[in-house]
Amino acid sequence: MNIAAFIVIAIVTLSGALAAALLPRLIHAALWLVVTFFGIAAFYFLLGAEFVGLVQVFVYVGAVAVLIVFTILLTRRDADKDHAFHWSGAVVAVAVFAALVWTILRTPGLSVAASPVEALTVRRIGEVLMTDYVWPLQCIGLVLTAALLGALVLVMEEKR
Amino acid sequence: MTTTLQLVLIVSAVLFSIGLLAALSRRHAIFILIGIEMMLAAANLNFVAFWRFAPQPQPPTGVMVAIFAIAIAAAEAAVGLALVIAVYRHYRSTNVDELDQLKG
Amino acid sequence: MSGGFLDQIFVSTKHWLLSLLVGAPEWMTQIASSLLSISATLGVFLALFALMSLLERKILARIQNRLGPNRVGPFGLFQPVADGIKMLIKEDIVPARADKVVHFLAPIMVAAPTILALGVIPYGRNMTPFAIDGGILFFFAVGSATELAVFMAGWGSNNKFSMLGAMRAIAQMVSYELPLIVSVLPVVMIVGSLSPDAIVDAQSGYSLNVIPHWFVTTPWGAASFLLFFIAGLVESNRTPFDVPEGESEIVAGHMTEYSGFKYATFFLAEYFGMFAISGLAVTLFLGGWHAPFAFLQFIPSWIWFFAKLGVLLFVFIWIRGTLPRMRVDHVMNFAWKFMLPMAFACVIAAAVWHYQARHLAGWLWSAAIVAVVYFTLSRLLETRKRFAPRTYRFAE
Repeated sequence: MNIAAFIVIAIVTLSGALAAALLPRLIHAALWLVVTFFGIAAFYFLLGAEFVGLVQVFVYVGAVAVLIVFTILLTRRDADKDHAFHWSGAVVAVAVFAALVWTILRTPGLSVAASPVEALTVRRIGEVLMTDYVWPLQCIGLVLTAALLGALVLVMEEKR
Repeated sequence: MTTTLQLVLIVSAVLFSIGLLAALSRRHAIFILIGIEMMLAAANLNFVAFWRFAPQPQPPTGVMVAIFAIAIAAAEAAVGLALVIAVYRHYRSTNVDELDQLKG
Repeated sequence: MSGGFLDQIFVSTKHWLLSLLVGAPEWMTQIASSLLSISATLGVFLALFALMSLLERKILARIQNRLGPNRVGPFGLFQPVADGIKMLIKEDIVPARADKVVHFLAPIMVAAPTILALGVIPYGRNMTPFAIDGGILFFFAVGSATELAVFMAGWGSNNKFSMLGAMRAIAQMVSYELPLIVSVLPVVMIVGSLSPDAIVDAQSGYSLNVIPHWFVTTPWGAASFLLFFIAGLVESNRTPFDVPEGESEIVAGHMTEYSGFKYATFFLAEYFGMFAISGLAVTLFLGGWHAPFAFLQFIPSWIWFFAKLGVLLFVFIWIRGTLPRMRVDHVMNFAWKFMLPMAFACVIAAAVWHYQARHLAGWLWSAAIVAVVYFTLSRLLETRKRFAPRTYRFAE
């Protein structure tokens, strides 16, 4: 796997994430979040899971980001107000990060390089989805329908 | 030097921590959602990385989990943002610190 | 017929150019190969864009009984050049209260996805610039980034007309993305692949030596082609669905605050989006680069592709010259109440066609399904009552 590409993508993704977490204006944060999503999709491409990368762009950039942006607009009067920043959260995040990195570095056998792999074709994914994962697929269908209806009910105008 | 599993895991740990930072420190509800999305993406990245660095050939379980997780994340975002809008309509605020009442 | 000299002329030229690089490291050859494909695609479509902008004005003029541009060069052929120079030397105005960076990035973000989407379309035999296993998914994945770019344009301008236009555009694009994708599903189902090349291959051959095996010749294919084309009209914001830029209501929608070259970039993105959607329609339903009749196969494949593309683009212009703009709520109702159920009916009809062994019985059954759903929907939606001639009463 190409280390140069990996480092470039990592820098783009993580700086996008940092900007999305820390920028004061909500819209800018949402747009930086899109950069992060693209970076993660690039990681999937690099890891040989092209289909997941495409789904990532399709779902996150095409749907989730647009949803976030729409919500920001609908709640706009509140968007640019200065909300407090809790430093305790930063402490917790740093602690979690330290714990994670400590665990990763201490675990033996993680510094393996990727072995060559045959490309994961869309056909293979389709076959697996329709055989081994057919029940999870149906459940996802149900969950998505329920989420659709639930979201609709939540945002419907309250009748007075 | 090549990319190792360790490196990918560290990147996703950084991403997870940044997501946690956004979810815990920011008080705007949408920032919390953004943080949760980032944490989910970090977890997904781990699934795909473990699939890729496992001894091959390997059934694409990690990839499948990632695909399902993306679908779940979309549902979660839709409901979460609908909640933000509903709360905003009611309280005229999206600051989660101000939402401290138990009655509607 | 697997490629005469003329058929493969571009492919052979590329191979010849790459053979000049013999001895160079592999990554260099790869980069050179991609650069060649990219520049060829961009060059062709930029030329087509220039030609199209002129032809559109000419054809619209003919429809409206005018002459159209005819001053610059013979038949006005150099009009695009004059337009380009005019756009380049215009002042670039950025509103004082605009979000400068977002305002600047928006036109780029609008144009980039459409150019990327052009990459996965097979323009002829062995002529796919970016052959990827999930090509169709790639097309829609990058296409979905356009919505965000439109939002950036609307929000970055800090103008209420821009914002309203962007909201309209996004609402309309999100609603029509669903029927657009669902109307592609039957083809993907029947072919069993997301790769555009495989889809084109599946449409080769002729029944009785006359009727090509294009998907548009099957009932479900014809229905989903129409749905796809209508949804494509909406996605590229063309009349009669150009509510986001309705001049009489919201100036120019999200493009209100753009001038000079940035405006030209939006214009380019609109045309490139049109090319991409039409190219995908040709690939999915009209047999890609296959000839319509067996005896016409001697004509190079890329000529067929661009001929079909030209016909579709002409229909785009023709519709623009003929139909008035739709109302916003009509556009949205049409998507959710008619297009989406029809698209699902096409999916079912395609499945029936497949399991009836793709013979006459399947043909009739799928036609019946599409027709029944169509008539049921038009009954349920009371189209006759709603679109009957109305009497208006003016206030006294």
